[in-house]
Amino acid sequence: MLSYIIYKAILVVIVFSITLVAAMYSTYAERKIAGFLQDRLGPNRAGPFGILQPVADGVKMFMKEEMIPNVSNKFLFILGPSVAMFTSLMTGAVIPWGTSLTIAGHQYSLQVADVNIGILYLLGVTSVGVYGIMIGGWASNNKFALLGALRASSQMISYEVALGLSIIALIMTTGTLSIGEIAAQQHGWHWNILYQPLGFLIFIICAFAETNRAPFDLPECESELIGGYHTEYSSMKLGFYLFAEYTNMFISSAVIATLYFGGYNMPLLGRFVHDPNALVLLGTFFLFCKICFFIFLFMWVRWTLPRFRYDQLMNLGWKGLIPLAILNIAITGIVMWITGKIN
Amino acid sequence: MGVGSLILLILCGVAFCGLGIGISKLIAPSSKNSQKLEAYECGIPTEGGTWVQYNVGYYLFALIFLVFDVEIVFLFPWAVVLREVGMVAFVEVLIFVFILFLGLLYAWKKGALKWQ
Amino acid sequence: MTIYLFYFLSFLAILCGLMVVLEKNPVHSVLYLIITFFAIAGHYILLNAQFLAVVHVIVYAGAIMVLFLFVIMLLNLNKETEPHKTNLVKFAAVISAGLLLVVLVAALRGTESLPSPSTINADMGLVKNLGKVLFNQFLLPFETASLLFLAAMVGAVMLGKRDIK
Repeated sequence: MLSYIIYKAILVVIVFSITLVAAMYSTYAERKIAGFLQDRLGPNRAGPFGILQPVADGVKMFMKEEMIPNVSNKFLFILGPSVAMFTSLMTGAVIPWGTSLTIAGHQYSLQVADVNIGILYLLGVTSVGVYGIMIGGWASNNKFALLGALRASSQMISYEVALGLSIIALIMTTGTLSIGEIAAQQHGWHWNILYQPLGFLIFIICAFAETNRAPFDLPECESELIGGYHTEYSSMKLGFYLFAEYTNMFISSAVIATLYFGGYNMPLLGRFVHDPNALVLLGTFFLFCKICFFIFLFMWVRWTLPRFRYDQLMNLGWKGLIPLAILNIAITGIVMWITGKIN
Repeated sequence: MGVGSLILLILCGVAFCGLGIGISKLIAPSSKNSQKLEAYECGIPTEGGTWVQYNVGYYLFALIFLVFDVEIVFLFPWAVVLREVGMVAFVEVLIFVFILFLGLLYAWKKGALKWQ
Repeated sequence: MTIYLFYFLSFLAILCGLMVVLEKNPVHSVLYLIITFFAIAGHYILLNAQFLAVVHVIVYAGAIMVLFLFVIMLLNLNKETEPHKTNLVKFAAVISAGLLLVVLVAALRGTESLPSPSTINADMGLVKNLGKVLFNQFLLPFETASLLFLAAMVGAVMLGKRDIK
């Protein structure tokens, strides 16, 4: 029992630190990729190739003077970014980072909590994530921050509908809500992207909108709203908002890779590697490769596409994606009926 | 077993957020003056109150979202047991979704989905 | 362990429920209400009904409370702008709350005759069993719910569009 608790504690700490480090280096990757796409160098002063840049940024965030405007509600002003950061960290728990390691005859699963409603847990945490932005924007007592917060929450709830509908089509084919089982079902070539191409497209568009990434970054669009919901923020609290965005991006990449791209599964891997533990670790390695690809995709899109107008964004969500997602459910059901999966 | 790990994770998350804010408060320099504490807004002194008239569209979309959210919740148990409950339930759900789609069409037709 | 969690969650739910009523600032009230919902979701998990717990968070904390916050933030209902309540309103509030109390007490008195918890299937709250029951025994109520949703949607659109014009 004690060893089990220690193992879980170690796993939680590892997942926690991996999420944080990945988010830290996503900021570095974003600036490097932006530099590359715009034909400049990007950060290159702190350490070789600027590799220490995220550390320097972190130290700077800690050392900056914190300012809370006296017109705002102090407690809620601090609560806003904390909630944003907290909810973004809570999602890593249900993602299966690999199968189980076998050490000294014991099985150690690489998933923190295999809750049997993992996907719903993700949806729940996402829906609570709206509060971080809303509270922060409201407590700032600033017109533009409030407008940014309203835009963010309105956009997030709009795309949550299409997100949920695309997940329902996925669950129809998998028959389970547990992310661990969904990942295990996709062994070999049975990746869900092959069964749910339209669902994947809807899902990834919604993921962009839920993380407030370009081309859906209207809540913080500088040309209209100054800084958006975090205009009044400084020091670590601003850091939390920015960091939460990158953490969300990392987690959504992990969710996309796990739900649609086989997670830790890699075809043909079992043919070359026979040691079970090495196989597990290689699977985790390939999962991270997939995650890195999707993070790159997030950034590629950001530095390539211009931003939507707000009415276009709402049109795409309500008049485009929701009917499409409902159609996807119907098509999935009919195909399953034709192929005899429904009796 | 899942619940224990989640509680652990929640504790870790709270500790991280608390430490982040706390440490930055401890080591950051502080020199306050009354001008610094004014709202920044867009750099010039703020004009008027914060609460101006906002678009009613935000409220309307939230209402429509609420209906759809509850609908999605009903569909989750169905998607999980789809293979076992069979064709009758599938047809039922198609009717269910169709009726809701009518609602969406109504909102569309009435211009409620048009941002203005 | 479970019993301590139960007491903790109940304490939290009741405390925050009281704070919802006692707090003057409506935004704070809503935030306390959200904590109350989380505590109730915790109770569902203790009863092995994870699906219900998460749905409770998604629908109540994630959707309904966002709507509440929208309204309160948009209208900026602060303490200063709180409308003055006439005695008639206060009297009506006392009467209706008292009636609700009577209903609650009457309902809780009936719990003694309920079957003991051990005879109920403990896995009832799992999503698979829920789906089977919902789509075998309760197909008609499920269909009727869609009409209810349609009515809600039409009502929302009617209200919203009237405001725009």
